[in-house]
Amino acid sequence: MTEASDATVVEIASDADVVRVRQLVRGLAVRAGLSLVDQTKLITASSELARNTLVYGGGGRAIVSFTQDNTRRGVEAQFVDEGPGIPDVDQALQDGWTSGSGLGLGLSGSRRLVDVFDLDTDVGAGTRVRIVKWGR
Amino acid sequence: MVAATNGALIGSMTSDREGILADWEAAVRGSQRTGRSSPDLQSELSSLYDAILSGVGSGGDIRSEGMGEVRALLNEMSFARARQGYTPTETASAVFALKEPVRGRLPDQQMAEFVELSTLIDQLGLFTFETFAAARESVIMSQTEQLLELSTPVVKLWDGVLAVPLVGTLDSARTQVVMETLLQTLVDTGSAHAIIDITGVAAVDTQVAQHLLKTVVAARLMGAECIISGIRPQIAQTVVALGIEFGDIPTKATLADALRHVLRQAGFDIVRRNGERS
Amino acid sequence: MERIPIYKIGDILLVSIQIDLQDQDAMNLQDDLSNRVVETGAHGVVIDISALELVDSFIGRMLSTIAAVSRVLDARTVVVGMRPAVAITLVELGLSLPGVETALDVESGLALIASHLSDSEFIDAAVPGAALDD
Repeated sequence: MTEASDATVVEIASDADVVRVRQLVRGLAVRAGLSLVDQTKLITASSELARNTLVYGGGGRAIVSFTQDNTRRGVEAQFVDEGPGIPDVDQALQDGWTSGSGLGLGLSGSRRLVDVFDLDTDVGAGTRVRIVKWGR
Repeated sequence: MVAATNGALIGSMTSDREGILADWEAAVRGSQRTGRSSPDLQSELSSLYDAILSGVGSGGDIRSEGMGEVRALLNEMSFARARQGYTPTETASAVFALKEPVRGRLPDQQMAEFVELSTLIDQLGLFTFETFAAARESVIMSQTEQLLELSTPVVKLWDGVLAVPLVGTLDSARTQVVMETLLQTLVDTGSAHAIIDITGVAAVDTQVAQHLLKTVVAARLMGAECIISGIRPQIAQTVVALGIEFGDIPTKATLADALRHVLRQAGFDIVRRNGERS
Repeated sequence: MERIPIYKIGDILLVSIQIDLQDQDAMNLQDDLSNRVVETGAHGVVIDISALELVDSFIGRMLSTIAAVSRVLDARTVVVGMRPAVAITLVELGLSLPGVETALDVESGLALIASHLSDSEFIDAAVPGAALDD
């Protein structure tokens, strides 16, 4: 059984908001007892996804909370926008940042940094990415 | 469960408290290994007893708020017993052992209520099982981490030169620890060179090679160079057969060769006292 | 918004990034550094990131771009002091920072640039008719 506790919502409408998301995630990661390396991975992934929300999604919000299952605590972050959506998900999940043909969202990289990575998107229906990083 | 129907049962359990507790304690001690001293067990069981009574009084389903204290006490009990090496059955049995002392003192009218109590006790016993498993896992995890740390020493060979002698099997968890320890030590000692010696490594497959590669790239990003030594002939053949590319990472057969190479890179010349260069 | 200060040590520009970088700060730094390299004719740029707890794709690209632009302006860039957790994350992320040289700390970074300079002077001298820089 997974429970998410009260979430904090950050509107993502500017550069400064991306930094705000990082700081929020950092705070929770520290309190959830994540190791330094795991904190860094989570915050970096969050920074990437928040930026995508801003630049590609036209702005949106981040919803960050503690989460836990039977044995461990972790941090969950969701990035939601009502932007254009991602047309070819498989392609997007393979692309890095420098590929010319793709969107250059770096989703595959971010995915490697976290334990749970759920991508929910549709053309014209926005994008929602949910990530979780567990403490050990 | 509705509190009102348990009125009579709670009454009996309250007035017969001492007797029931004594029987319960005897039953538990009888079925378990030695080791628990009387006062410990006695106070543990009596706290649990009182908590169950008040929990039942407030409408006790194990997940309810009124059962909070019971769960907390059971948690403690499970953890403590897990650490002491008791089996989960012994822990759960200790909880189940409450039933008989209570049932033996009940007038028949209270049988129905007793059945509800019995169900609750079953839940409590099973709860200890769950927490026990979690407790054991966390003990094993922390022991594993300690072992990992002990078995991955990073050694300073010379000013600015570190060595990591890897022994045994390399899996994901192990390699993480190695990577993090090596990189942190590079910073702490201000070293720019590291020799990763795999003489003691059982086998190298693509996974292991990838992990080694990641470590080397990370060290490079920090401004340090790594060299891999101790490549046995069998490993060299496996590496070639699997098509593993170590790229531009220098590899040496022996730690000695690696040390010589690194010292030269670091700007040292080794001179034998009678004037010959090594 | 404050700009990140750039210090000049002899022939070399030194930048120490202390703050949580917003994307705009990164763009500003890129511009400022390029301008200063041209103004001063510096031959080396040392970027100290020992205070950075995070290097993501944007900052990574900034570092690569600074290195590329500086090279065109005949200066070498060395990034120093990357933290272990950051290095591990970058590798996992798949960012390789192309064109960026690295060193352990500012001192090593300065030494690295100095050794490059002496290398290039040596090579120039070997080409008949070539004039040395400066």
